[in-house]
Amino acid sequence: MAEQHSEKKMSRRRFIRNSGYVAGGLVGGGIIGGLIGANMNDEQEGTNTQGEHQGTSFLQAPLYFTNPEMFAVLVAASERIFPSDDNGPGADELGVAYYIDHSLAGSWGNNAREYMQGPFFPGSNFQGYQSPLKRHEVFDTGIKALQKVANDKHDKNFPDLEGEQQDAILTSFQNDEVELKGVTSKTFFNILRAATIEGVYADPAYGGNINMEGWKMKNYPGHQMSYYDKIESDEFMEIEPQALHSYTK
Amino acid sequence: MAEKLPKTDVVIVGMGWAGSIIAAELGKEGLKVVGLERGKERGLKDYYVVHDELRYAIRYELMQDLSKESLTFRNNQKERALPMRQLGSFLLGEGSGGSGVHWNGQSFRFLPYDFEIRSKTIEKYGESKIKGLQIQDWGITYDELEPYFDKYEKVAGISGEEAHFGPERSNPYPTPPMKETPLTKRFKDATNSLGMHPYHMPSANLSEPYENMYGAKIANCQYCAFCERFGCEYGAKADPTVAVIPYAKETGNVDIRNFANVTEIIHEGGKATGVKFVDVLTKEEFIQPADTVVLTSYVMNNTKLLLHSKIGKAYNPENGTGVIGKNYCYQILPGSTGFFEEERFNTFMGAGALGATIDDYNGDNFDHSDLNFIHGGSISINQSGKRPIGSNTVPSGTPNWGAEFKAQSIKYFTRSLNIGTQGASMPVQHNFMDLDPTYKDAYGLPLLRLTYDFTEQDKELYNYIGKIADQIMLEMGADKVNERSNLESYDIVPYQTTHNTGGVIMGAEPETSAVNNFLQMWDAENVFVVGASAFAHNGGYNPTATVGALAFRAAEGILKYSKEGGMLA
Ligand SMILES: Cc1cc2nc3c(=O)[nH]c(=O)nc-3n(C[C@H](O)[C@H](O)[C@H](O)COP(=O)(O)OP(=O)(O)OC[C@H]3O[C@@H](n4cnc5c(N)ncnc54)[C@H](O)[C@@H]3O)c2cc1C
Ligand code: SF4
Repeated sequence: MAEQHSEKKMSRRRFIRNSGYVAGGLVGGGIIGGLIGANMNDEQEGTNTQGEHQGTSFLQAPLYFTNPEMFAVLVAASERIFPSDDNGPGADELGVAYYIDHSLAGSWGNNAREYMQGPFFPGSNFQGYQSPLKRHEVFDTGIKALQKVANDKHDKNFPDLEGEQQDAILTSFQNDEVELKGVTSKTFFNILRAATIEGVYADPAYGGNINMEGWKMKNYPGHQMSYYDKIESDEFMEIEPQALHSYTK
Repeated sequence: MAEKLPKTDVVIVGMGWAGSIIAAELGKEGLKVVGLERGKERGLKDYYVVHDELRYAIRYELMQDLSKESLTFRNNQKERALPMRQLGSFLLGEGSGGSGVHWNGQSFRFLPYDFEIRSKTIEKYGESKIKGLQIQDWGITYDELEPYFDKYEKVAGISGEEAHFGPERSNPYPTPPMKETPLTKRFKDATNSLGMHPYHMPSANLSEPYENMYGAKIANCQYCAFCERFGCEYGAKADPTVAVIPYAKETGNVDIRNFANVTEIIHEGGKATGVKFVDVLTKEEFIQPADTVVLTSYVMNNTKLLLHSKIGKAYNPENGTGVIGKNYCYQILPGSTGFFEEERFNTFMGAGALGATIDDYNGDNFDHSDLNFIHGGSISINQSGKRPIGSNTVPSGTPNWGAEFKAQSIKYFTRSLNIGTQGASMPVQHNFMDLDPTYKDAYGLPLLRLTYDFTEQDKELYNYIGKIADQIMLEMGADKVNERSNLESYDIVPYQTTHNTGGVIMGAEPETSAVNNFLQMWDAENVFVVGASAFAHNGGYNPTATVGALAFRAAEGILKYSKEGGMLA
């Protein structure tokens, strides 16, 4: 199942990556859910009938991004931050971009529970976030800039670059070498990095950590009601993980 | 125009541990109490589906909504203070139970040395030892406070055992210590072999079911590992919403009003007449008249409400005079991270206050003659349960993203351990709180402004205690320990601890302290200000047991005041 799962995601990724093709008008004008769904539906349905968790796939739709090229940049960038390797799936297969997308659409993306009154000043290294931009605006700005740097430097879109080229660009953001408006590239990178890790390990209810695969890599059992009978044991334990879903099912 | 409500005997601002205890104790004795709490009502039934790391631990679901109120911060007076726009360094509470809902429950009594730190240090090392430090005695001794510690521990049902350096106790802990785990045992074996004196961490996650004197039933802990930053769905963590508030209401004398944000203490001729508050949902304003006003709104708002209402003399950092905003302290936290190549541990299991501790390097339990600092800190292993977003420990030098980061953070999730320390923090003239000239909260009040940085004393303590933590970690069998960077400037972003102290400190003289040892204001006899705001410096432990003891002390004082009036000390 895991293999089928990743195959499905790979083909979807390839589809998104070919953003020129999409923007070229084949299904132009539709929302990205439609874009992805339109061509991939058959494949997805097929997987579903073979046991793919129904609830999971319903979460794999953008609620914030409206532009498939930008979404593809997010997919590619988060995959470099948490790449697929021998340990298991990377950000892309884990649905991290959907996690981030959904978060940007909600209160986190809108800094709803944070102090956002002016005046705004840059601040020292120890005074924390001081940008007037909300996180969704930081992402709009940052993701666009990743694409622009890729275009300027390599004459290609960010998702089409080699891994090392992508890493070099991300590193320049992390090192604050790219000028952005209203926010530093370092701040954008730090939020992107943190959000990627959240998407890998947050409960699958949030759209990432598909099938709890993030947890499985870390031998993390997710939500367990009790370790009362286990905590004294000298043995290392591998416990089948459970998600929040198990509270209500 | 604000609507005037019927007068009450006592109005309490803030329903955390301090406010709840005082409400229950006064209600029990027949005083009419109104408790005003800016956040939601909550209780056991509201902690359902709580094992969600993102929502509670990363997005701070249970904590202060900064869009309504925050504070500003700068490292020193030359800088422009800017708002703390997001929570980070500390996590302020909001809602019934305050931070007591999402705390860990590590429950230490401050040391006898703490309460008389100035006299005891001078006595042993001479006046020169405290140069540059604004330390002072608390106006109360450990022995005087002991009965109140005892009461607090009985309310919370604390699970613990006698400690080698532990001060005298009138009674054993109400419940036995929590379970011994491979990790607590390993820490104890290592420290024992180094000649130190380990004991099980005193815990408000209870080892067995317990019923307190209010009739509240607290369950036994399930070691579920969703403790710190979460509410306990089992009612196994002593929390004011479980252990105190239901009883306070049962007395029939305590009326708790939620969504009531107090904006001002109204006063006349040196006495308070009541408080003004805003209903945060409807935005209506009310005046609650009262004979006695009690502030239990935590360090920040205890200070802010007094400064804004102009009660007590504001602290002046230029010459160290005045008291409100004085002696803000924090904590110094050098930890040790150890990596184990051959072993894996069940690091994902745990409880907030499951651990083992040594006090060999705390307070004045060791000789400071040849050291350039005073005090010290507790050193503990705390098996609170690692969670995957928050815990991505990697060896020094590993990048913080990409393939290598992924591989190492996965590998060491179950192969690294941490030793934590809580180093004491000493006040200095230029670390303080006042009102910000620029930024306002949602109700138009100025934000509190925090000016704070680490000092030479802090750096010396940090290095010394950190090395001992490393020594223990290596003795525990770690293949390597992470390099620790030096303590530089205080940074408000990474989480450190919610052990903020000072601002309305207690003491024996009105010139140098804001409240007496009944937590009664020298400058307004019917105002009592309770919480870690009263700490004249911060010790090497978590604060809440000491806050709880002070709350019982204050309750006794308020009761006495309601009968006799006048200054109590
Ligand atoms: C994550 C975490 C872990 C912790 N772990 C430990 C631990 O293991 N051991 C320990 O000893 N301590 C621990 N603490 C600290 C502990 O939680 C606090 O010391 C304790 O809860 C403080 O109690 P309090 O009643 O003084 O204040 P609070 O609990 O902060 O209560 C103050 C209340 O006042 C309300 N309030 C504030 N301003 C207003 C206003 N203007 N109008 C109306 N209401 C207002 C707030 O909403 C709040 O409910 C921890 C804290 C955190 C955040
Ligand atoms: S660890 Fe224990 S006290 Fe803490 S939340 Fe879980 S069951 Fe409750």
